[in-house]
Amino acid sequence: MMAKNDIVYDPDSHLQTDKMWVIMGPQHPFSHGLWTLKAQLDGEIVTDAEPIIGYLHRGWEKECENRIYPKIIPMADRLCYAASMTYTHLYCMTVEKALGIDIPEKAKYIRMIGDEICRIQSHLMWLAAVGTDLGNLTVFLWSMREREFFMDLNVRLCGARMTTNFPRIGGVRNDINDDFVMYTKRCINRFEKAIWDVISLIDDSSTFVSRMKGTGVLTRERCANLGITGPAMRGTGVDFDVRRDDPYDNYDKVEFEVPVLKDGDSYSRYKIRIEEMFQSCKIIMQALEKIQAIGKNAPYRLKVPSKVPAGRAFMRMEDPRGESMMCLISDGSDKPYRLKVRSPIFVNVSAAKPLVQGCRIADVPVVMAMIDMCLGETDR
Amino acid sequence: MGYSSILDWIIFKDVMDNAFYPFASYNLPFDISYKLWEIIGGLIAWLVNLLLPGNGLSTWLISDEVSNVFALVIFMIVIFAIAFVVTLISLWMERKVLGRLMDRRGTMIGLKGFLQCVADGLKTFMKENVIPRKVDKTTYMWTAALIIGTSVLIACMIPLSPRWFVVNYGTGLLIIMALFALAPFFILVSGWAQNNKYSLIGGMRAAELMISYEVPMLIMIATTCLLAGSFNINDIINAQFDTVWFIVPQIIGFITFIFCATAEAERVPFDIAEAEAELVEGWQTEYAGMKWGLIMLADYMRGYVSCAMVVIMYLGGWLIPFASADMNGWIPEIVFLLKVWLIFFIMILLRGALARVRTDQIVNIGWKVFMPLSVLNLAVVLVLKLGGVF
Repeated sequence: MMAKNDIVYDPDSHLQTDKMWVIMGPQHPFSHGLWTLKAQLDGEIVTDAEPIIGYLHRGWEKECENRIYPKIIPMADRLCYAASMTYTHLYCMTVEKALGIDIPEKAKYIRMIGDEICRIQSHLMWLAAVGTDLGNLTVFLWSMREREFFMDLNVRLCGARMTTNFPRIGGVRNDINDDFVMYTKRCINRFEKAIWDVISLIDDSSTFVSRMKGTGVLTRERCANLGITGPAMRGTGVDFDVRRDDPYDNYDKVEFEVPVLKDGDSYSRYKIRIEEMFQSCKIIMQALEKIQAIGKNAPYRLKVPSKVPAGRAFMRMEDPRGESMMCLISDGSDKPYRLKVRSPIFVNVSAAKPLVQGCRIADVPVVMAMIDMCLGETDR
Repeated sequence: MGYSSILDWIIFKDVMDNAFYPFASYNLPFDISYKLWEIIGGLIAWLVNLLLPGNGLSTWLISDEVSNVFALVIFMIVIFAIAFVVTLISLWMERKVLGRLMDRRGTMIGLKGFLQCVADGLKTFMKENVIPRKVDKTTYMWTAALIIGTSVLIACMIPLSPRWFVVNYGTGLLIIMALFALAPFFILVSGWAQNNKYSLIGGMRAAELMISYEVPMLIMIATTCLLAGSFNINDIINAQFDTVWFIVPQIIGFITFIFCATAEAERVPFDIAEAEAELVEGWQTEYAGMKWGLIMLADYMRGYVSCAMVVIMYLGGWLIPFASADMNGWIPEIVFLLKVWLIFFIMILLRGALARVRTDQIVNIGWKVFMPLSVLNLAVVLVLKLGGVF
């Protein structure tokens, strides 16, 4: 296997070769979304790379400045189509912090359930993308099949599949019913068995593992310098998860583990995402029990004032892809003065160059898939 | 020859009496095509004679010499049609089996999805013939024609039975292998001619792929020929009838050859030349419409030939398992094709279950795994041969 340091480029060798730039994207099978990776190739080996983003820029942050607070919720859904509830959740938390209110316990647990369902959905979508990048459609379709059950859970939770429009400032849109509890338990019990089909298809096959092991290696220091967060960071041995170390909502009241691996290659990122899905299942089950203990008629939403007092509010949360942050500056009116989003992918994609440098071009889709690109939140 | 009725013109006589008959032994497709021309030519001659009685054209049309020329043309069309249909069935089978593997239905249009292949073919034929502005036009077109042509040629050269073959060469297996090895060269040139970076890398990869699997594959073919004592396909299968199927002494070779054949057919996990994840469609990127459709068909024809080679070399060709000598004449063509599809089924399973390997990995696999295994297989066969078992 070709590790990064094995590649020696000797310009004085007799065979004079030219390097060429290959532009992969914006319409390229490997780019999941509209972005471009310019890669400089020396034969098959990538010597330089440059990610180009911005094709999907919609002026999201500016547009938010002209909308009243509740009207930003559906827009926050559109930031990330694979895990829409997480950004809405983050936005609502930021505004609640600015308002200085504490939402009901039940709403916190419901939001957590929504978050974790989205995390599983997002990770399954990522797993499907990895399958196609490795040239195997079976992984793609099996992951999408599993994802469909969680889409159905979304429908039972809030009536929508992708853009859920579910969390509200001061709570959530609606309470969960008994059907949802039953279906969630059934779905998760099923999922914990069925996902082993995909895992064993990948882990038992040396073609899959050898493509992922030893490629796209990042060290812990490099990771810190680049500002990478999320599963990619935990794959390099950094034991940090916002849910555990800076808990929001009621994440401090449920038990879960944060998977950490030290290799820093694509395979460790893959394993961490798989383990995170199981941990999410664990969180959902615990949260369901807590909700049932709270009781049926407990409040799930507060009435909140439409005007936010002047000042700044900042929240961060653990997105499926990393650490997303939102900073709200309000001037006391019913519209935000400024709403800034820090998307984890916007930062993680800057690691494209160190990740793919020295790889073969065949590794580029696999290594970049491990970043789990989502252009909706990157370009905003 | 005077004309009295149509029956006078349609004469079914023994083909072997014909001095112009180009083949040494009895050959079913040529026989069929000869008779076909006798009927068609006889009909035309009868019509010509009906309109213009007593002319030389009608006599000329059914003369032995002309019949032979036309029979050869029909012969080629018949052989191609059979290879074409076999390939379409392989394509349909891949779509259905792969669909079932992936928890979906596969194609659903007509005859359990078979007509989808026909619809796809018609669609590609109706597309505009796009030639990109900056390609080297001559090379671009010629290489595509040669890739398709060599693939179709080898697909037609596979004998289905002792009576169904084009030419019964003494060096049958070797010639198929030689024609097989031509296509990667054309792919390399084609990738260069397309003036596209993805195509260029894809073409280079095809060459890289070829150097990794071709040598062990040739060693395994030599091993089989050593065991049978002949390069002739008929002789190889007769030798398997006399002793056992060669899968028994050459089980290592059989397993290795299936993987080599997968690489030969450029299928997952060895389809690095057209890796769609990083190279869009590899060397096929600039081919569109009918050209792409034919290239895809040629790919499946190569898949069919790869499977047929496995069947000929290890699974006893058209022999029926545990059948006595008189049973061997019994629908051998069907038996052969069923065995080919069985091997193709294994290839589909491989495609459904494995990921694409990297370019450096395929060279490693070729030289560090396939090569020692093929030499080991050769050693086993040598011991058996010297020990007098075969």
